Amino acid sequence: MAFEPKEPQKKLKYKELRIYSDEELNNYTEEELKDFKCKHDIPDLDELEKGPWPSFVADAKREALHRRKLAEDRMMVGRDVVEDLMGILQLSFDHGETHWKHGGIVGVFGYGGGVIGRYSDVPEQFPSIVHFHTLRVNQPNSKFYNTDYLRTLCDLWEYRGSGMLNMHGSTGDIIFLGTTTEQLEPVFYELGHVLQQDLGGSGSNLRTPSCCLGKARCEWSCIDTQDMCYELTHFYQDELHRPAFPYKFKFKFDGCPNGCVASIARADMSFIGTWKDNIRIDQEAVQAYIGGELKPNAGAHSGRDWGKFDIQKEVINLCPTKCMWMEDGKLMIDNKECVRCMHCINVMPRALRPGSDTGCSILCGGKAPILEGAQMSMLTIPFMKCEPPYDNIKDVVDKIWDWWMEEGRNRERLGELIQRHGVPKFLEILDIPPMPQMVTEPRSNPYIFWKEEDVEGGWKRSIEDYRARHKR
Amino acid sequence: MATVEFKGHTWTIDEDGFIDDFNNWNEDWVEYVKGTEGINEITDEHWKVIKYLQDYYKQYGLAPMIRLLTKKTGFKLKYIYELFPSGPAKGACKVAGLPKPTGCV
Repeated sequence: MAFEPKEPQKKLKYKELRIYSDEELNNYTEEELKDFKCKHDIPDLDELEKGPWPSFVADAKREALHRRKLAEDRMMVGRDVVEDLMGILQLSFDHGETHWKHGGIVGVFGYGGGVIGRYSDVPEQFPSIVHFHTLRVNQPNSKFYNTDYLRTLCDLWEYRGSGMLNMHGSTGDIIFLGTTTEQLEPVFYELGHVLQQDLGGSGSNLRTPSCCLGKARCEWSCIDTQDMCYELTHFYQDELHRPAFPYKFKFKFDGCPNGCVASIARADMSFIGTWKDNIRIDQEAVQAYIGGELKPNAGAHSGRDWGKFDIQKEVINLCPTKCMWMEDGKLMIDNKECVRCMHCINVMPRALRPGSDTGCSILCGGKAPILEGAQMSMLTIPFMKCEPPYDNIKDVVDKIWDWWMEEGRNRERLGELIQRHGVPKFLEILDIPPMPQMVTEPRSNPYIFWKEEDVEGGWKRSIEDYRARHKR
Repeated sequence: MATVEFKGHTWTIDEDGFIDDFNNWNEDWVEYVKGTEGINEITDEHWKVIKYLQDYYKQYGLAPMIRLLTKKTGFKLKYIYELFPSGPAKGACKVAGLPKPTGCV
């Protein structure tokens, strides 16, 4: 079942939308590039170009040369914007501190996010980057696009911005780097009305949701991550564009526990595909792996000779819960002990497949280290069915947001609020019971504070009686 | 810092167009700045938002969180964006003469 967007999608044709001619796009030679000298002295940036690695400095110099040779009326932002950017970076290296001002509030009408204001504090020295605002553009799901799309965006940004982009920001957005306040509304109009694209999230709002390749390319995907990401992006447009939260909030969708978008480490709410039934085993293929006819990890480690594949050493002994064994030449799995580490499935993809009763686990509270250090998301709901229109998922989201918006302090992430109020309180809000799956080692650290009404028969105790026997 | 003049007043503004001091705010500022923020006509509902922001600022020295603003005025966030197309932080605070918000509103 292929993912189909619910509204007709405009097919962008570069031929019709292009701004620059081929001559303008290829307006310098490699010879000229070798002789290119930035108008500012940038020794430390030149240093960054050395070595075998790709360098943003090398890219920036190409763009700077390209802009030098464009006609004046073919750019709405200063010709020297890239050279000035390299200059201010060198100055920041020299001084050991940034020369971008703090704050800056710019935006487009109707939206509270998506544009990040940036002003230089040395305007006389670098006149082309006095304004250097960033726009975040909501990336296509799974970052699938074609060259028509990319060329069209690049032309737009050459014309109305610095021509420099980040592909992609850490939330996944396509980042347009550097333009002036006057250009914001025209860029927004072009994106929305002509190219049918939208801005992403910034500030205290829902950040641009992102997902892995999902069912489009991957046989392990237990959920249609693209459909979920698309549906929730559309459903929560208000939250995405009009900041009203205590702080940022991120959704990420992984199709299986391999976690290709690392949702567990980077999202306040991670949705990770999983299965409820048993790992599907093809015993013949297991034998083919043992016999060497099939290459482990689909041949990914074929660069050197690792010796004969040893299923005991390379799969069974590495199972974190030791729930696999060989019996009469057959691979056996005690599925109720499986923690979905994916190792065996990754090593023997032809022999083992995720089960067929699929859904997602919901994990909450992941964040980067500002307060309290970095946290992974905590498993909150071990299994939930994921089917359009995802009303069950939206219910959970709404409960969490209601609580967080009521109780959260300014700039407090969900993970920090859960820490401050405690997991039991969080579970109470969600109206779900504590479950062993929520605990790292449920057999050795199952701390749960029972309430009297939870325990059959309740209990009688008095603190006075206790204190009579135990000093404080 | 640039200066602007309107109806005999002079204001100093920063690059985002916020006035430098709340004490220099007066009703003519609202008239002056509404155009840049996409507002056609200032109505009583605009004034309700402006007055709430100013009262809160006078009491606490900062702008309120969005949730308080929507709760106290009774306007849904989307409606506030209809009143102030550039939003509560950039638009409403600027019109009300509050300093540039850094993370609230």
